[in-house]
Amino acid sequence: MGDIFVLIISCIFINNIVLAQYLGNCPFLGTSKKMETAVGMSMAVIFVLTMAGVITWIVDTYFLVGLGIEFLRTIAFILVIASLVQFVEMFLKKSIPALYAGLGIFLPLITTNCAVMGVCLINVQEEYTFVEALISSIAYAVGFGLALVLFAGLRERINIGRVPKPLQDTSIGLVTAGIISLAFFAFKGMV
Amino acid sequence: MAKTLAQEFSKGLWEELPPFRLVLGLCPTLAVTKSVENGLGMGIATTFVLVCSNLLVSLLRNVIPAKIRIACYIIIIATFVTVVELLMQAYAYPLYLELGIFIPLIVVNCIVLGRAEAFASKNAPVYSVADGLGIGVGFTLSLGALGAVREVLGEGTFYGMQVFGSSFEPFTFMVEAPGAFVCLGLMLCLINLAGNR
Repeated sequence: MGDIFVLIISCIFINNIVLAQYLGNCPFLGTSKKMETAVGMSMAVIFVLTMAGVITWIVDTYFLVGLGIEFLRTIAFILVIASLVQFVEMFLKKSIPALYAGLGIFLPLITTNCAVMGVCLINVQEEYTFVEALISSIAYAVGFGLALVLFAGLRERINIGRVPKPLQDTSIGLVTAGIISLAFFAFKGMV
Repeated sequence: MAKTLAQEFSKGLWEELPPFRLVLGLCPTLAVTKSVENGLGMGIATTFVLVCSNLLVSLLRNVIPAKIRIACYIIIIATFVTVVELLMQAYAYPLYLELGIFIPLIVVNCIVLGRAEAFASKNAPVYSVADGLGIGVGFTLSLGALGAVREVLGEGTFYGMQVFGSSFEPFTFMVEAPGAFVCLGLMLCLINLAGNR
């Protein structure tokens, strides 16, 4: 039980997917201008990443390693993620229209979110067990959401202030992200 | 074709210089630029994938049905990424270990898919290759420059060679994650300044 707790803390804070592992930066900067879109994107990522992490783990363990074709991992994983996103989109549209309306536009973007692919690869590289892979997928996704929502709040505030022209938008955004990253850096010594 | 080959090539070097002008492909940009060598290695690997996938997408542009084009592009890109992965394992193993997870992640680098969708799917093969090469070289140079700044300040070395005397205290902030964000942000600011003149 203690190990699982350490894994959760380490995935959310210490090895935060955006701020310490440099993954998923495009949506991090792209969808953080408004709090609303940031929350929508976070929810979509938590939803898809949990499923993708579990499914790619199963595909890798029973199919790729079983047949000795690990070199096809990149292709297999991206196919799983792309079709999963497509499938989730169709399923939500038919069955849960309310949720689809909320997540709708963010779903297609997730295919090229390297956080998803990255976590799937980390899960198999670290040789996690099934439960560990499940927990780490959820925790990394929550970490992504946390970073994104924090960042969106700061960016909304910064946009009210007066920023020198060349620094505007992405530039000041990156510097802000650097400062949040510095704050998260303090967690390094925790475990 | 209104533009010449040279124009298609050179626009990647300034007008559409990734990752500064097109704010795409940020993850590898931030992650691998701890040193000049890593930055250039990543840039060259990405360039290879860009050129090959642009060529193939362009050749197949009249065959691929519009509805499933994105899926087709992703498979083409993933194939070349696997090629790069295997080539690097064979010929550049230390660099392969250093770049690690970011080699397979070229698949989800938005620049590659972006060029396939925005350019190669509409233009002839020769132009697509020129476009891929231009964007790739621009990307490589950007990563090299960012890597140089971070390596010189953070480690006191350039391409592994000592730059300052032994009294230099390395500014380790620059080679860690926060330094990457701040450094890229400030470089973007400089490019904006230069571009707005």
